[in-house]
Amino acid sequence: MAGPVSNALNRSPAAPVSPNRRRVGEGPLLRAFLILLALAGTFFLLVVPLGVIFTEAFRAGFAHYAGSILEAETLHAIYLTVLTALVVVPINLFFGIAAAWAITRFAFPGKKLLLTAIELPFSVSPVVAGVTYLFLYGAQGLLGPMLGALDVQVMFTVPAIFLVSLFVTCPYVARSLIPLMQAQGADEEEAALSLGASGFIMFLRVTLPNIKWALLYGVILTNARVMGEFGAVSVVSGNIRGQTNTLPLQIELLFNDQNVAGAFAAASSLAVLALVTLIARIAVERLAAREVKAPRKAASVGVSG
Amino acid sequence: MSISVRNITKNFGDFTALKGVSLDIPDGDLAALLGPSGSGKTTLLRLIAGLEFPDDGEVHFDGQDTTALDVRDRRVGFVFQHYALFRHMSVYENVAFGLRVLPRKERPAEAEIRKRVMRLLELVQLDWLADRFPSQLSGGQRQRIALARALAIEPRVLLLDEPFGALDAQVRKDLRRWLRQLHDEIHVTSVFVTHDQEEALEVADRVVVMDHGHIVQVGSPIEVHDHPATPFVCEFLGSAVRFDGVVEGGQLRIGNWHRASTHAAGAVRAYVRPHEMAVLPGIVPEAAASFAIRHIVARGGLARLELSAEGGAIVEAEMPRHKLEAAGLAVGSPVSLCPDVVHVFPA
Repeated sequence: MAGPVSNALNRSPAAPVSPNRRRVGEGPLLRAFLILLALAGTFFLLVVPLGVIFTEAFRAGFAHYAGSILEAETLHAIYLTVLTALVVVPINLFFGIAAAWAITRFAFPGKKLLLTAIELPFSVSPVVAGVTYLFLYGAQGLLGPMLGALDVQVMFTVPAIFLVSLFVTCPYVARSLIPLMQAQGADEEEAALSLGASGFIMFLRVTLPNIKWALLYGVILTNARVMGEFGAVSVVSGNIRGQTNTLPLQIELLFNDQNVAGAFAAASSLAVLALVTLIARIAVERLAAREVKAPRKAASVGVSG
Repeated sequence: MSISVRNITKNFGDFTALKGVSLDIPDGDLAALLGPSGSGKTTLLRLIAGLEFPDDGEVHFDGQDTTALDVRDRRVGFVFQHYALFRHMSVYENVAFGLRVLPRKERPAEAEIRKRVMRLLELVQLDWLADRFPSQLSGGQRQRIALARALAIEPRVLLLDEPFGALDAQVRKDLRRWLRQLHDEIHVTSVFVTHDQEEALEVADRVVVMDHGHIVQVGSPIEVHDHPATPFVCEFLGSAVRFDGVVEGGQLRIGNWHRASTHAAGAVRAYVRPHEMAVLPGIVPEAAASFAIRHIVARGGLARLELSAEGGAIVEAEMPRHKLEAAGLAVGSPVSLCPDVVHVFPA
């Protein structure tokens, strides 16, 4: 659940262990077996499928691949996916900061409940989220008659995709900030205020620099999740080709059309996104770890002169 | 700038941190808020700073009501127990922060900021650390930088929350002395919180003893030490042996020991500090009480004795080691106590 998100930035480096030192109950055979098992698992479960995506995408040659990607419906799906990320990520960025701030800086009744509620999307299947939104905003749904009277259609439109994507990804930023902000406490912020800073200056010059890596980490996770979301979007988008199809839906559609090369071409773009996300995540973790060890001098250059 | 706290009450949920507390600290004073944890001392300090707001009562600076004023408008220098230095800024930028966030009209020019920051760093004797980051400093250095940063805004009052709490013993002693000297130099009205009575007695002009959300006693270190207002103050300001005694016919009587007394007649609780009583070898009939030595702790030239009567509680006493040895006292030896100074409270 929240574990991998919250702990990734606080991971302590493993203590150096001399190669000859054996742990209790660990024979060389067992060790070899476990390492092989892990490698084999990684290979068959992760590397092979990833390889298949690209080999299948390029099977009919690069020209065909480019053609599949540049096909109008696929292009639109890419556009819609990017648009969704552009809308959803900033909203959840602000929501995440606000929620983390409220939870770590204020005492109020219902705080535990808020914390649990924020994590709800982690434990609810996205399809359930989609169905819930359909039940709320659909023509036959709870708010359906009201929306109908106002002549507003929410379901099977682009805003519906935004809505469910917001729901599915709302925990990521908050969950990556809360443990850090709890650990850091409010002392530095109070110090800034006592030195005469306004709330905004305090946030900009003290809070934000302290949480920037965790924030970026949360944003990267949110972005990856938004772009890859299938279940919830599939329920509420209506799968209208060239209108409400995001990339994951388009891949399924192409696949169902027996257009294997097209499906894999589209899939390759998502796979590339996943790899970029992975690299960005590792980079952020490295940078954050380095900053904890030795703060960079760059920050003071040009101010003391 | 004098500080006046009037009838302040502060609750956190069901917990009452302060109950109708009033306190006056004159201009230029160095005051210690002393008390056990949970006594409300830190809450009182944060209320003076404006980091908390009272449920009832007022805070005045120089006769002006500042109760409703936000911390950033109060111009108080606040030093946090764990320093709270901005970890991503250099020492120089930490100290400059208070000047840089001033409104554009009041903000000094870069050269002026530099001059003032360097002067403050010289004041805390750490100008050579200007380019370092907080994580590269020792605890004592961090605390001095935190102090320089607080002084940068030319605060009307300086407030320090357990300023030496997180430091090791030697550094703590040095910093204590240094803070006292600094205060004598700059004379800004200062209040610090501590749970260490030695620290309060050594550094402060005025000691404010707190317990359970009340102020129990305010006075000079000598006053609170020599004339504790309550048994709590007496016990909190250092170890003390408690005796049950009685006052009758103008005499205070503890065991067979007695002395003229002006206290009202009746049963009393009498406290005697370990260094304010005579330890006599053997069972002395005229003594306040007799014990056997259970344990001897030699600390340099002084021996701390743990005494107890048959089945009774442990009582602490002190005597010079050379006297202990001259009298041939060892674990198991009987001794008798005769008080020199007694603090008497109605039982």
